Amino acid sequence: MLKNREKVDVCVVGAGHAGCEAALACARLGFETIIFTVSVDSIALMPCNPNVGGTSKGHLVREIDALGGEMGKNIDKTFIQSKMLNRSKGPAVHSLRAQADKAEYSRAMRKVLENQDHLTIKQAEVCELLVEENTETFSDIADKKIVGLKTFTGTVYECKAVILCTGTYLKARCLCGEAITYTGPNGLQSANYLTDSLLNLGIEMRRFKTGTPARIDRRSLDFEKMEEQFGDERVIPFSFSTDSDEVQIDQVSCYLTYTNEKTHDIIRANLDRSPIYAGVIEGTGPRYCPSIEDKVVKFSDKDRHQVFIEPEGLHTNEMYVSGMSSSLPEDVQLAMYRTVPGLEHCKIVRNAYAIEYDCIDPKQLYPTLEFKSIKGLFSGGQFNGSSGYEEAAAQGLIAGINASLSIQGKEQIVLDRSQAYIGVLIDDLVTKENFEPYRMMTSRAEYRLLLRQDNADLRLRQIGYEVGLVSEEIYQTTLNKKKQIESEIGRLKNTIVGASKNIQEFLKAHESAPLKTGVTLSELICRPELTYEMIGEIDPERISLPADVVEQVEIEIKYEGYIERQLKQVEHYKKMEKKRIPADLDYHDVGSLRLEARQKLIAYKPVSVGQASRISGVSPADISVLLVYLENYKRK
Amino acid sequence: MRTDTIAAIATALSDSGIGIIRVSGEEAIPIVHKIYRNKKNQAVLSDYHSHTIHYGFIIEKNGDLIDEVMVSVMKSPHSYTTEDTVEINCHGGALMMKKILMTVIEAGARLAEPGEFTKRAFLNGRMDLSRAEAVMDMIHAKNQFALKSSIKQLRGSVSDKIKELRKKILYEIAFIESALDDPEHISLDGYEERLSGQVSYLLKELEKLLESADNGKMMKEGIRTVIVGKPNVGKSSLLNLLVGQDRAIVTNVAGTTRDTLEETVNLGDITLHVIDTAGIRSTEDVVEKIGVEKAKTISEDADLILYVMDTSIPIDDNDKDIMRMIKDKKTIILLNKSDLDEVVDQSSVADLLSEITKKSISLYVSSEMNYEEEKQQDENIHMVKFSAKENNGLDSLVGLIRKMFFHGRISYDNEVCITSSRHKEALLETLDSMNQVRASLENGMPEDFYSIDLMNAYASLGRIIGEEVGDDLVNEIFSKFCMGK
Repeated sequence: MLKNREKVDVCVVGAGHAGCEAALACARLGFETIIFTVSVDSIALMPCNPNVGGTSKGHLVREIDALGGEMGKNIDKTFIQSKMLNRSKGPAVHSLRAQADKAEYSRAMRKVLENQDHLTIKQAEVCELLVEENTETFSDIADKKIVGLKTFTGTVYECKAVILCTGTYLKARCLCGEAITYTGPNGLQSANYLTDSLLNLGIEMRRFKTGTPARIDRRSLDFEKMEEQFGDERVIPFSFSTDSDEVQIDQVSCYLTYTNEKTHDIIRANLDRSPIYAGVIEGTGPRYCPSIEDKVVKFSDKDRHQVFIEPEGLHTNEMYVSGMSSSLPEDVQLAMYRTVPGLEHCKIVRNAYAIEYDCIDPKQLYPTLEFKSIKGLFSGGQFNGSSGYEEAAAQGLIAGINASLSIQGKEQIVLDRSQAYIGVLIDDLVTKENFEPYRMMTSRAEYRLLLRQDNADLRLRQIGYEVGLVSEEIYQTTLNKKKQIESEIGRLKNTIVGASKNIQEFLKAHESAPLKTGVTLSELICRPELTYEMIGEIDPERISLPADVVEQVEIEIKYEGYIERQLKQVEHYKKMEKKRIPADLDYHDVGSLRLEARQKLIAYKPVSVGQASRISGVSPADISVLLVYLENYKRK
Repeated sequence: MRTDTIAAIATALSDSGIGIIRVSGEEAIPIVHKIYRNKKNQAVLSDYHSHTIHYGFIIEKNGDLIDEVMVSVMKSPHSYTTEDTVEINCHGGALMMKKILMTVIEAGARLAEPGEFTKRAFLNGRMDLSRAEAVMDMIHAKNQFALKSSIKQLRGSVSDKIKELRKKILYEIAFIESALDDPEHISLDGYEERLSGQVSYLLKELEKLLESADNGKMMKEGIRTVIVGKPNVGKSSLLNLLVGQDRAIVTNVAGTTRDTLEETVNLGDITLHVIDTAGIRSTEDVVEKIGVEKAKTISEDADLILYVMDTSIPIDDNDKDIMRMIKDKKTIILLNKSDLDEVVDQSSVADLLSEITKKSISLYVSSEMNYEEEKQQDENIHMVKFSAKENNGLDSLVGLIRKMFFHGRISYDNEVCITSSRHKEALLETLDSMNQVRASLENGMPEDFYSIDLMNAYASLGRIIGEEVGDDLVNEIFSKFCMGK
């Protein structure tokens, strides 16, 4: 009997948003990579909402781009509407969100993958991981290492690293009221064998749930009864390397409408037919992306909820009903949607459904996204218990980078909480207990004034460059931008204007207090009522600078005090991160730890005191004990 | 760092009726078991229920009986240290207690370091840092106030107050964050006004705590007092008067430099920590040499300056020097009346002082110190007539100090009092952060900016009660509990 055997460097399992980034990163770094998908037609599929970005997720996309990932470039090619959210708030919470043409997004990404050197696409279901005993035992505690995998059709792929990005496909099951199908999203084939292989390797699995609303026929809607939502007049691209003139396209509109008491009555009357409330669903769903049933139950005092009607693409009449995901039966869905103004006569093209799938508790991972117990096995995306395309892509990219670095025998990268939202995302996943799909949120980032979407390139380009995903040319552009920002800030801080007549008149015209003594131009920019642009009038030496440089100059000057205080917080945070915990530390030997803390520390094996302090169930008193122990340990 | 078992004499090492030897640690019960016999000579200590007390004997290795005792057993985690603890109640008497302690140590325990029981209680999570500090303070309490405030702190009044303030701050942080994440359901409309009210409340509470910190420290450690004046004006007489009035000199410790001497003097409910030049009482000549320069350096840190003037010696440049030195300090000028003719009167002193300090102050002078009737005047500089020889004016002096430092009253019971400089520092940081929040509100900054400073305030307060781990925590712990060098 012939047995098919192939040899590559990296195997990526799954071609969703995590898988695509992971595979591209490995291939671009020169490693022979193969990406497996149950359907080549579903590469970079967007089975839920038709957008990329949004609050804090927009930050992730920017960071992916700065590190050399693909998501930002791909949405710039395929968006049909774009908006900078939260413009009335501080720069830390500005967030870019674009409506995607779903089909185009998927097609464009597939094209990138198909034309990437060192990358092969393979339609196959992966059934089994192959491991051997890990004989390299320096500081690492993995007793196994990955050597390959096997597909359903029997081929063995030998490799040095595997990246699992299985999304919602593992033992997936879709629920629409009483109707249950054993498929992945959109009726695609589920993957039913890999879970058992993982369990055999000692990996702990869990079950999560997520859901999506109905798609309705555009022709059945009455837009007169809704508020039209336009894109921004001047579109800002996601990618730092996209020319902003190229993204000024004709945009489509979205529409805003609201649920009402009638909608809520129907939902309440039929809750017993919801698989979640009837107890049919075992998986835990995301609190922050709740179904309409959840919203009605949890916010019972609200008499209405927002519903956004969003186009799924330019070449389809399907519209996405954002804010009304549901797992109620078909008849209830139709009745409920039809109570919403503008949707009275709506026709459902695809029903709303909930999906359940197998994933892992990510505490089994290092912050590098490598499994603690199996060397060379990495994972990203919903498989790690997150939710969202952007969260997935971010992890996929980091997993891809680290798989490559691990093959090269180099030190893997970990972005920390003060460097990037990606750092916050991964640290939260591997450190905090997550009982539901993890969604990125602004509030999760403590140092968000530093982690703005506008400065992701300044924060991360260098790392992307050092890894090898950012070209010399692009890196030089960023360095140049940095220089321009610094020199302009320096100039403004050193240019003094006196209380001359034209200055006083200028200030009066802008309702700003007159000067008593000379001040620097930067001090004037600090005034809430003045901007960099206005000051131009009294700044004859100013040279014209690119808009992105001006933006940085203005933010750095206006919020200097806040930025400085935030930097202080970071300094304190880093001190705790730098206190490393030896991998072989025996927590049984740390005398005074409380039992719960001891168990958690043994389970999570934190790499630093900082990480230990974020584990739930480890109290400040435990951290004090640990610090004292480590100090004594060091002194001995 | 598996905990070994420690032992120490828990009561005063003096000839009292009863003494207690405390043993704590994993082996506490087996260790005491080795040396304990009950009447029937068969008891197993570990069989006893927790929190029970048992009659018996402590036996030496050779089987000789040392003492007749009561042994109480407290099992983990329900003890002071949260470890298994045995207390041996024996007959008092230094020799007896030492002998039993030695027997316990021979049986396998280790002599506890000072404060080690408390250290364990802290490390085992039995008490937070502020409570542990209070215990350490109690051991070193200098006066009645210090003792009471330590006990209050131990009961957690500081913790409770701090927790209350933190809860309020946390609520605001959570509100802002949730509104940022879910603007559809949580609105920030009109929020500024509410936050502004909360900020004012918090600022007021913090200021109250800080005020108590100043008082608290002085009440606990004594008011740092320096006596200045030209040679031979009666400084030593004043000191003798202060010391002689109340014989309760708590400490008599040589200071950091060889020529200063620090005396702690209890005057009723007020403690003065008098810093004196060593020479004053030994050789008058040395004082001449030390002169004003020396006093200057010392008085920089002082809370209170007692400036002695002899009314029979004319004012000269030295007095002017002293006046310049005291102008920003809380000062009491003591006009010492000698037998000789008066050449200086209070109005000439007042005039000169006004000129030098640039403060238009008219000093009210009364030998009776009837301060109820006092008019508006500078709060920091007062003048009192006194006579070292006739031994009068001291009660007035005490009353005046109480007025100057504690608003005329000392209350032990009602207020939460901050007594540690670590706490004070954290409070100052908190105050600073809350002021920043107020500034952000006034400048109309977007809501997401408030949380940076609110988070800082929350963290600073957390450091007081150990709910936030500061950078310096380890050092703090190591210095507090003199741990393993």
